[in-house]
This record gives sequence, C-alpha cells and structure tokens, in this order.
Amino acid sequence: MNLIAKPSKDNIKTYVPIGLLLVSLSFLDVFVNAFFNFNLMGFLPSQLSYFLPLILGYIGFYLIRIEFSGVRSLDILNKNINSNNFNALLTLFTIFIIIKSIPPMLDWFILEANFVGNSKDDCTGDGACWVFIKVWFNRFMYGLYPDAEQWRINTAFLILFAVVGVSFFVSEKLKKYFILFLVFVFPFLGIKLISGGSFGLEYVESAAWGGLSLTFIISAFAILFCFPIGVILALGRRSSLPAIKYISIGFIELWRGVPLITVLFMSAVMFPMFLPDGTFIDKLIRVLIAITLFEAAYMAEVVRGGLQALPKGQYEAAKSLGMGYWRMNALIILPQALKLVIPGIANTLLALVKDTPLIFVVGLMELAGMIGLAKTNPKWLGMAMEGYVFAGLVFWIICYAMSRYSQNLEKKLSTER
Amino acid sequence: MTKIIELKNVNKWFDKFQVLKDIDLEVAPQEKIVICGPSGSGKSTLIRCINRLEEHQEGNIIVDGTELAENTKNIEKIRAEVGMVFQQFNLFPHLSILDNCSLAPIWVKKLPKKQAEEIAMNNLKRVQIDDQALKFPGQLSGGQQQRAAIARALCMEPKIMLFDEPTSALDPEMIKEVLDVMVDLAKGGMTMIVVTHEMGFAKEVADCMIFMDEGKIVEKAKTKEFFENPKSERTKLFLSQIL
Repeated sequence: MNLIAKPSKDNIKTYVPIGLLLVSLSFLDVFVNAFFNFNLMGFLPSQLSYFLPLILGYIGFYLIRIEFSGVRSLDILNKNINSNNFNALLTLFTIFIIIKSIPPMLDWFILEANFVGNSKDDCTGDGACWVFIKVWFNRFMYGLYPDAEQWRINTAFLILFAVVGVSFFVSEKLKKYFILFLVFVFPFLGIKLISGGSFGLEYVESAAWGGLSLTFIISAFAILFCFPIGVILALGRRSSLPAIKYISIGFIELWRGVPLITVLFMSAVMFPMFLPDGTFIDKLIRVLIAITLFEAAYMAEVVRGGLQALPKGQYEAAKSLGMGYWRMNALIILPQALKLVIPGIANTLLALVKDTPLIFVVGLMELAGMIGLAKTNPKWLGMAMEGYVFAGLVFWIICYAMSRYSQNLEKKLSTER
Repeated sequence: MTKIIELKNVNKWFDKFQVLKDIDLEVAPQEKIVICGPSGSGKSTLIRCINRLEEHQEGNIIVDGTELAENTKNIEKIRAEVGMVFQQFNLFPHLSILDNCSLAPIWVKKLPKKQAEEIAMNNLKRVQIDDQALKFPGQLSGGQQQRAAIARALCMEPKIMLFDEPTSALDPEMIKEVLDVMVDLAKGGMTMIVVTHEMGFAKEVADCMIFMDEGKIVEKAKTKEFFENPKSERTKLFLSQIL
C-alpha cells in the first residue's frame, strides 16, 4: 500500500525538484523567522507552524535520497549529509541552529554594538561596547609601560618583523645568519631596548610591562629556551648513562606533575626565600624560568616520541659511518625525529602561548590579565564579555598563525614522494 | 700474512641465550668471505660485532690492529674504516642521495664539502646511479637504494666492507644490479665479509666460505671445496636445500 513510490532513478525528474523545493521552503521559513521575526506559516495552528520547517525539510530530504542517482552533486550531498533519516534530521537541526544564531550574534557584535565614544555612558545600544576596547587599547597592548617610552617596544617589534620579513626573500646562505641573529642576538637586544637603563634609555621595571607585548615577550623567550632544553632532556631520558637518564626522568616527571599555576606561585613567592639575603632576581625572569622549565618537560616527551618512532637502522647506519653520539643525533636522528613531531611541537607551543595569562598569579599582566584589570575599573564594570571576546580573538589569531606556520613547515620539510 | 680482522674465542649472549659460541676467525687483507647459514644462526650478529654495533662478552676482536672492548676509545675511528651495508638499506630519508654519501666524509673525516661531493659523485658513478644524486631515497627503487647505500659506505674509503644480507629485501629483478656492484667491488680488491644466500655470487667471488649454525662456525673451507666436498652433514643438508 505504497501511497508514494520509493524515491528511485525512475521518478528522479519529479521527486528531486519537489524535494529540493520543500527543503528550500523549510530553510526559508527559518530564515525569515530568524532575520525578520516573521512567521511565514503563521496562518497554521501554532504547534504545526512551529514544527513545519522540520516536517517539510524531512520530507524533502526523503524525496531526494536516491541511491546512485547518477547526478554527481546529488550523490555527494546524499552521502555526506542525507544518508538516512537520522542524518537528515541532524542536518536539518544543525542548519536551523546556524540560521537562528546568526541574527543575535550579528546584533551583539555589530548592529547593536557601540563603536564611538570615550566612556561607558556612550554605550547605549544592546550590543557589545567596543568603546571599552578602544579606550583601553593602549593598555591592552603595552600594559603599564609609560606612554612616552612605548616607541621602544614598537621599535623592538618592528625590527623583529622586518628581519623576519626580509629573511623570507634572502638566499639560503644569508638566511642562516638571519636565523642566528634572531635566536642569539635579537632577544637580548630587544629586552635591553625595552627594559632600558643604559644608552640613555630610561629604566622601565618589568612590573610595568604588560599587555600583548608581554604576551609576546614571554612566549618568545619561553619558546626559545624550552625547545633546546626539551631536546636535551629527551636525549637524556634515552641515554645509556644511568645518572643522566634518571636525572632526566626525574626532572620531566617532577615538572609535568605540577600544575603551572603552582609552579608560577612558587617561583614568585617561595623561591626568593631560598636565595641568600640581598640577592634579587627580577620577577619576570623567575616567571620566565618557571614557564620555560615547565614547558621543556612537555617538549621533552614530545621529542622523545619522535626519537622512538625512528627505526633502529638509522642509528646503526649513522654509527657504522663513524659518527659519534652528538653528530649522529645532530645530523641524522634529530632532523628526522623533530620533523615527525612538528604537530606535537606546535601543540606544546600553542599551549605555552595560551598558558601565559596564568602569570597573573604573580601580579604580571599580559593581554588577558590587563583585560581582567580593566573590567574591574569602577567606570567600566560589566565589560567582561567584550574584553574576553577580544582576548579570545587575539589569541586565536596568534595561535592560528602558528598553526598555519607549522603546517607549512611540515609540507616544506617533507621528502616523501 | 698479516690479518686485518681477528676474532679469538668470541662468545656473545642475548640475556641467557648464547648467540655466538667460540668463534675463531681470521681475515686477511683483500680476502672475501661469504657467511651462510639458517636464520637465527648468528651470522648477522657476528658481522655486527666486527664494527661493534653489537658488543661481545667474551674473547677478543681485533680490527686493523685495535682491539674492540668496553673501554675502546675512538670506536668511531674503527667504524669509519669498516663500511657496512644493511639488509634494509638504512639510507637517511631526510637527505638527498648526494648528501647521504657526502655527509660522513664532511663531518667525520672533515673533508671540504666540495671534495666530499666529488668523492660521492665518483662512487655514485661507480654504482651507476650518479643520475639520481639529487633525488631523495624515497624516490628510488629498492635496488637503487641499496646501491646508494653501498656508495655511501664506500665514500668513507673503508678498508673493510661488511654486507648484512644486502639482497634479501629486494625484488628478484633488482638483486642482480646489486650483486653486479658487489662483484665489481670484490674485483677491485676490497676486503669483504658478506652474509648472503646468493650462492652464485659466493661461487664467483668468495675466497672462503663459512657455514654457521646455532652460533657456531660449523664449517670453514675454500669456496671450491665447500661446494664440491662439504665435510659436515649439516652443511650438506643446508646446501641441498638452497642450491
């Protein structure tokens, strides 16, 4: 007692247009409802009009579900989002939710948001108060760094970007020197420029540093140092010398087992108690060391994964050519092992960047910390949403850039066929 | 005659399992020795002991006048004089064939890059893959890879070459091209120890055959005698199975 024939190749000419029409109708209904707050099917009883898009879409998807229809795009569609009744329903729900959520998001981010003004009172709309970001932008970038000296941070980063930018266009041979400069000279030059205290530059103590520039400084230094330490620890853990092996294992397991927030707290509060009287190590440096060692432990395990993935034959071939331990590792083992674990390394480094906000526990405020401070300002109460959306966006841009870079590196270094 | 390799009463265990039992072996310069035997008989372990990829627990191994022992300094120096070719080629996949060959001469022998690459190209020409020099190992066929591995070992200008089943991982039609290179090398006067089951190759180049079983040298004889008139029953059985 088939009221309607099963969709098949025979009735494709009638079923597919009807099906597509029904599906489009259901989307249109939800769309009009979401964007213009108008119910197309309002003339129907309320329950029915509420579920009608779902019913229409469901029937529509049923009609176009023709196996091996011979129409390529239809087959792809059916295979991916319409393979059975349940998947058709999931597809409908997902699309409805996306359509429904666009207008409120659009409203909050742009349409109802406030862009002009200088204080919270200028934010009259229902949407986001981007004035908050605008007014505090300078602090979010530079922290409490004196306005008159901010050119130093700008200069440091300009040099960095310029050198990196130029290095993409120079020959392989020159590139080596660029990289050496970036790794061994620039970090200390940059830090000197930002901290001052000589060359006629005013000294700016690290407690005043903050905002996004501090995020960059901490991430860059931690990445720079945690990588080689991690590699050494990874090699150490596989060493045949028991002393080195167990020291490496102990170090890695100790640092991996403690939460970063605890490590930071100890570095700031407990560590100075163990120092002889009169010695003083800058808080920022202590925090940097803590983050570096913490992430190095993770890095070590990632690198060790790569070392273990290499066949024994690579070690034997290197040895049989007369290479000693260091040459074997530097020329044969590490280049391959590190290439294998680029995704893992990127993972660890992204986690490192995203861990930097935790330095608030010792009173240092990078981007997220600065936002946290600004939102507690009595004149700007209730701005947490705007602030953290902004922080999220900035962190996402940084991390996505790093992720893309790692993917490119993977492709570039691939010597597979 | 002076000996370039001397093994005296060598014993080796993997945990409790004894893999080498009282091995005595002397190799003269330019001598070619082929070692055969069933799998697990310790032939690979034996030649891997000669460049100390495996450590022996008892006895003496003397290579080119230096005894290999726990406290041997400069084991790298000896390894640099002993080339090794593996069953699985073990080329370095992240380097081009040319770099595979020139890397060790540059970093171990401290040759200038230009000279090392010249040597590399000469050896690649010798094994007839100089046209593949800039490719990566993954782009070559098995036979080409193994020839590249031979060239890589030759670039260190070794006094001795060890071959550990160099053709076992190859497709049949590629075996010949590798064996041709090895025959050529043998005729050039290289000291060679070859673990292989290629008896045709053995008959052509070997001065001396060794048959191993269960960690022992069962029979050692001149090649002709070994094939025509094997003494032990075990050898006869083995030969009847593979010939």
